[in-house]
Amino acid sequence: MKQHSGALGRLATLKLLAQRFAFLSLVMASFALMLLGKADTVLVERIRLVVEDALAPILDVMSRPAGTIADMVSAVHDLAALRAENVRLREENIKLLHWQTVARQLDNENRSLRSQLNFIPDPDPSFITTRVIGDTGGAFVHSMLVNTGTREGLRKGQAVIAGEVLVGRIAEVGARVARVLLVTDINSHIPVLIESSRAKAILTGDNSDRPRLNYLSPNTNATPGDRVVTSGHGGAFPPGVPIGVVASVQDGIVRVEPFVNRHQLEYVTVVDYGLAGVLPSDAAAAEGRER
Amino acid sequence: MKGSLWKRMDLWVRQILPAGSTLLLILVNVMPTRLPGFAPVAPLLPLISVYYWAVYRPELLPPPVAFGLGLLTDIIAGTPLGVSPLVYLLLLGMTSSQRRIFSGRSFLVAWWGFILMGTACMVLQWGLVSLVFGQALEFRSVLFELLMTLSFYPLVSWLFARAQLALLKRA
Repeated sequence: MKQHSGALGRLATLKLLAQRFAFLSLVMASFALMLLGKADTVLVERIRLVVEDALAPILDVMSRPAGTIADMVSAVHDLAALRAENVRLREENIKLLHWQTVARQLDNENRSLRSQLNFIPDPDPSFITTRVIGDTGGAFVHSMLVNTGTREGLRKGQAVIAGEVLVGRIAEVGARVARVLLVTDINSHIPVLIESSRAKAILTGDNSDRPRLNYLSPNTNATPGDRVVTSGHGGAFPPGVPIGVVASVQDGIVRVEPFVNRHQLEYVTVVDYGLAGVLPSDAAAAEGRER
Repeated sequence: MKGSLWKRMDLWVRQILPAGSTLLLILVNVMPTRLPGFAPVAPLLPLISVYYWAVYRPELLPPPVAFGLGLLTDIIAGTPLGVSPLVYLLLLGMTSSQRRIFSGRSFLVAWWGFILMGTACMVLQWGLVSLVFGQALEFRSVLFELLMTLSFYPLVSWLFARAQLALLKRA
């Protein structure tokens, strides 16, 4: 009897040891994955995309009711703010009409000057508009999933805009889903210009809602209210896409308030500028293999 | 025959409830809410799920399952691969070893437990992500996300308790 319970006890100890071992090896596996993510980004990205592609239909369906609820909420808001909104729009319309006249004049002038100079215009971009199916909220990553992929011609590095303003760039692209890295993400670096002074800088996200302007030449001074637009350097983005305004300048750190309203993004537009992105595009190679 | 089929289905549903509900919360977490200002501080709902089941039914959420769920979280949310598996595993391990303190007590004790564990998890995740990215993330937004997660605990745990009563306590 004593022997029997001793054997059982040993068995239990062994089982506990096995469980501890399994737990520890899983913990080690987590660390190994983190290292792998640093070492072999291509492999890790491929794993991500396979899973994301498989989940895309589910996320697509789940994102629809959220849109409906948001529509209802905004409908109520709109009704309440109708009168004030009307007054504001009237004022804005007067201003815009003025701007329209100015723009026409400038357009004419520009066209005549271009013809005199034999100016070769930038290639016309083409656009793909796609629905946002996932918004990975939270403090760690600022990205979104859209339900368009290589099948529709998306490529890594393309600029993503909403209306006229920059949202981010395509960071990963699968067959039917792509991840948009927002300008506020810690891994986002975008070559920009301060519109008025034409000073170049790199807009770097840090996961706060106001990205920083880095590498701004020391003899230029940014003042709050200056508009920041893409510079088009590096060939990734079309030039002149508005991003935001300088919000604060403190101790040499310039922060930019982006124009984009993250919660309002239901559809976004991917700009194919006809130029190769900053990142080597493995999607194009994969496309070639498929054919 | 019919009875046994139902029984098997019943058993299957019961066993899949912890993992299934965590999976659901992972997917809900990336749903675009379109609420102004919500996205940057969206709560990490799966943490609540892992904690809840670690307290009440740890045998239904074994470490390999938690690892898999963590992997899926990282893939969908775009966080560096390996961060969430580690966080879920440690949350599961810590909580289930201390579960005698939390389970069978009042709701407030369980919530208090989650406040401790959730804070530890969030700090750990902040450290790991900062390490992988090679620069310290802003802690303020992590703090807000933590507060959101902690305040969502009552709602989610109430839903889980209903599900647990309906599915797990029967028979």
